[in-house]
Amino acid sequence: MEIGAYSFGDTQLNPDGSSRSTAEATKNLFDAIVHADRVGLDYFGVGEHHTVSMPASSPGTIIAAAAAATTQITLGSAASIIGTDDPVRVFQQFATADAISGGGRIEITAGRGSSVETFPLFGYDLNDYDELYAQKLDLLLTLNNSATANVTWSGTARPSIPELDVVPRPVQGSLPIWIATGGSAPSSARAGRLGLPLAYAIIGGQPHRFAPLAQLYRQSAAAAGHTGDNIKVSVATFGLVAPTKKEAVERMYPGWVNLNVEMGRLRGWPAPQKASYLAQVDAPNAYFVGDPDDVAERIVALHGHLGHMRHFFQGDHGGLPHEYLMESITLLATEVKPRVERLLAAK
Amino acid sequence: MHPTIGILGAGRVGTALARQAVKAGYRVRIATAQPAADIELLVNIVTPGAEAVEASEAAASDLVIMAIPLHKYRTLSPADLTGKVVIDAMNYWAPVDGVHDDFEADARTSSEVVAAFLGGSHVVKSLNHIGYHEMEEDDRPAGDASRRALAVAGDDPAAKELVQRFIDRLGYDAVDAGPLAAGRAFQPATAIFTGSYTAPELHALVRHPLAA
Repeated sequence: MEIGAYSFGDTQLNPDGSSRSTAEATKNLFDAIVHADRVGLDYFGVGEHHTVSMPASSPGTIIAAAAAATTQITLGSAASIIGTDDPVRVFQQFATADAISGGGRIEITAGRGSSVETFPLFGYDLNDYDELYAQKLDLLLTLNNSATANVTWSGTARPSIPELDVVPRPVQGSLPIWIATGGSAPSSARAGRLGLPLAYAIIGGQPHRFAPLAQLYRQSAAAAGHTGDNIKVSVATFGLVAPTKKEAVERMYPGWVNLNVEMGRLRGWPAPQKASYLAQVDAPNAYFVGDPDDVAERIVALHGHLGHMRHFFQGDHGGLPHEYLMESITLLATEVKPRVERLLAAK
Repeated sequence: MHPTIGILGAGRVGTALARQAVKAGYRVRIATAQPAADIELLVNIVTPGAEAVEASEAAASDLVIMAIPLHKYRTLSPADLTGKVVIDAMNYWAPVDGVHDDFEADARTSSEVVAAFLGGSHVVKSLNHIGYHEMEEDDRPAGDASRRALAVAGDDPAAKELVQRFIDRLGYDAVDAGPLAAGRAFQPATAIFTGSYTAPELHALVRHPLAA
């Protein structure tokens, strides 16, 4: 089981509640990835969000920098909002990072995004949402699966590509490309039919309820003739590890409030209640906030339902003090991962 | 004999409603824009006990639930749904799903716009103000003091009564909010939409709607 982290960037707050700089948040994110590599974390996912509080808008750029500064960790987007980006540029950026890394550590995860902020920013029409995603994913896969640098593609979501070179090519010929979904059944079935690995973003409710979706994914893949290593599931959830459960729950809470106040202002939610936070921090609920034993046990329990091969966590939102993120990363790699391996081996 | 339930949409809302309706003993048919054969595996695994059908077959059920993304409402077939009781579980929620001119430029509620598009259906607005993962967790037996209530708005009394009985069997109290236009009280960014209430609390809120 791989253990990882993901982040959209987390702009720190001044004591008066005002935001510090997004440049600082970007540097903090880079430092967290380098730290994760040193302490032995398996995976780090980056972005894509476009807000002052979560400024990791350009995953490929951070990943290219991190590729040069790390040695063992797998790096990927989490996720690339492919519908409103140019798949050619996304592929080129990640293939470039792959070359810098020496090869084999760089992945792309294609997603639709949980918000629609990229549509006005990049000048797309939301009525084209489904068509943009489908066509651009098709182009990304065409580029990745091409045997040579010379690529031909045609569609309506982007100008056609008539026998043009798209370079660099990945070191190992292609990059792992994952599909991200928040858990709609048709998305799981589609990923299976495409034979692509599937990343579930589970941000609320009870994660084990995703078990039928994972089963649907695997059976859809089998029905389409896809087998082997590419048929696999990863899981992204909120999570923060501290020496004690009490500390973890207290450290995560202020950022959770800030995140929900910001979302509430945008979406018309009322003020967040502490009770609804506390309702989610214990098994079998969605926030993996605890000490190493608690978090490890919950990962293994969920593994019994989903059979996932990677679980990665977002702990930094709403201005979580950076040192708490760094400590959580250390504990994930050095305390949670060995426990997970021990518990899985004992099963 | 229970009415048959047709659900249009197999996303998070449609599948959660399907499971809850199967649990309540209903015969449930699900359809999407794809041929029935294409969603058979999905329905068998994710909503066991329900049946994958064509959209026209789902529309022929006694009670039809629209659970597709609202921006796709023009893909619904007015002819198939003429004379049917149709629950509108969809929402116009621009900050989450983006701005859509059909609703932004129209003073009516989203359900009234959809009802006008369908023309001959008995549209009832409900099931739109409960989260898809709450649907299968918040249900309680009738008479439980903490039982959650769901608002129902519609212009046809018989249609509303059918919907209210359905909601009761799903494990929720149904509260009559008035005509379809009164569904404004439980659209996104209202207190009802963002909260969770018992029947007495919800009765008070539909009479005196508050902003969230």
